[in-house]
Amino acid sequence: MSTEKVKREPLFSTKYRKLLTIPIGKNNPITVQVLGVCSALAVTVKLEPAFVMALSVVVVLTIANVLISLLRNGIPPRIRIIVQLVVIAALVILVDQVLKAFAYDVSKQLSVFVGLIITNCIIMGRLEAFAMANKPWDSFLDGLGNAAGYGVILIIVAFFRELLGSGTIWGIQVIPQGFYDFGYKDNGLMILPPMALIVVGVIIWVQRSRNKELIEEN
Amino acid sequence: MKSFRRYIDKIKPQFEKGGKFEKLHSSFNAFETFLFVPDTVTKSGSHIRDAMEMKRAMSVVVLATIPALLFGMWNVGFQHFLSIGQDAGLWTEFLFGFIQVLPIIVVSYVVGLGIEFAFAQFRGHEVNEGFLVTGMLIPLIVPPDTPLWMVAVATAFAVIIGKEVFGGTGMNILNPALTARAFLFFAYPQDMSGDKVWIADKADAFSGATPLGDALVGDPISASVSDMFFGFIPGSIGETSTLAILIGAAILLFTGIASWRIMLSVFVGGLLMGLIFNAWGMNGYMNVPAYTHLIMGGFAFGAVFMATDPVTATQTSRGKYIYGFLIGFLAVLVRVLNPAYPEGMMLAILFMNVFAPLIDHYIVQSNIKKRLKRLKTINIELK
Repeated sequence: MSTEKVKREPLFSTKYRKLLTIPIGKNNPITVQVLGVCSALAVTVKLEPAFVMALSVVVVLTIANVLISLLRNGIPPRIRIIVQLVVIAALVILVDQVLKAFAYDVSKQLSVFVGLIITNCIIMGRLEAFAMANKPWDSFLDGLGNAAGYGVILIIVAFFRELLGSGTIWGIQVIPQGFYDFGYKDNGLMILPPMALIVVGVIIWVQRSRNKELIEEN
Repeated sequence: MKSFRRYIDKIKPQFEKGGKFEKLHSSFNAFETFLFVPDTVTKSGSHIRDAMEMKRAMSVVVLATIPALLFGMWNVGFQHFLSIGQDAGLWTEFLFGFIQVLPIIVVSYVVGLGIEFAFAQFRGHEVNEGFLVTGMLIPLIVPPDTPLWMVAVATAFAVIIGKEVFGGTGMNILNPALTARAFLFFAYPQDMSGDKVWIADKADAFSGATPLGDALVGDPISASVSDMFFGFIPGSIGETSTLAILIGAAILLFTGIASWRIMLSVFVGGLLMGLIFNAWGMNGYMNVPAYTHLIMGGFAFGAVFMATDPVTATQTSRGKYIYGFLIGFLAVLVRVLNPAYPEGMMLAILFMNVFAPLIDHYIVQSNIKKRLKRLKTINIELK
């Protein structure tokens, strides 16, 4: 008669919400952990590929996190990296095929960088640090949050780079022709990768000056 | 002047702690110390005060750029009237150039100082004089037809990303004026190609090849050596006349502000690389006499005003030789071997700016090691 009722946490309790929101802001994978910067520099010349890239990472990281979390008790610790890689690689190949089938142009623009999601440190990092030790729902939120944190930065960087570098947003001309007639020119430096690094740096600068606890003591 | 001083004293309390404009304290302070010698006296401890402080050092550098600037202004006019086939006389030519160049200087100072003041205000620092030199150097290294908004954007970029991000004057890794030039070069390459610059009116835009451009495509250099030395050639505003730059160099060396070690080794490095290419002689550019590299393009200007920047150069004496030598060496190397970058001086200096702390580090380390070794041998002998 004594069926002890296990107290279940509501699906969106504060703890769960934090799993989702902290990686977007205070513990952002790009600006705070400085992971996955390589692809952030490579795919952010235009907004559209950056968005697709962000979406791909969201899909891969969320599903991989859940799968690894489900498998976590059956994975022998010695070969866990291989198992994680198999899961990520399978998902990345799926995403790559879907992109090739339904968004061929963007897939061509992204070229090898879709395949290189496999090596994105954020994904391996989350699987190893979080999914291996947490339940599926937690892992789902954590994966979603981290991928979203990555995606948000990608989109901000791509927005500025496309606007200032090509005068367009999502391929649509937004800087009026009158500006060009007046002597305005697109900034060629914005299209080069170093400027992506500088834009990321500026985002880090702004974030740290708004959020003092991120500043390291030295 | 006295009444002005009295006026300043009268409004001063309002800017001090508790005053109405307390927030604007650093701006007020900057103006006051710019106009008058500060009356603060050292109160505790003993300090050795030199007459040479940053403000004076900066003023001397600005003074040293004046010959290059004046010559540059005249040359802008001279090239203009030359291209339309008129002989206008010295003053008309100078006036034309003056009108062309002055707005660039004004824009550079207004934008740069505006940002400096804003940052000082925001951070509660004092405004310091670092920008006085940068603001003068930026106009001198851009082509005279650079659109003013580009100058403004480049200056803002150089001051914010090149300097303020690292903590302001004295903390920057890269030379701010060259950062501005590099920004323009990569952002708006069509306007800033380095091998061809505008020399005539915008209406009948006419580009004259600079000596660098000639050499790059393998043509014999159209300008004579004396023209290149005295500066009667098209080019960026302040860089054409090696003579005017050397006058500036003399001022800097005489007052001891710039390091002769750096200047000398930049020229030696460039000359040596030129000689190596002469010996190699694979194509027309490699056969250009080595000494012309020193008077073409921005080499002399970079060696005198850019490489010697005390903040971004190496600090150790031995390091200065290495740093300068590699700048000259790399500048000629980039010029001759990389057709995409006709002017290697900018890239060479920025590159070596990045390496300066590393050079210093190893020199300091090797000194420490040497002394430890000496100490050890002394100890052994004593035993």
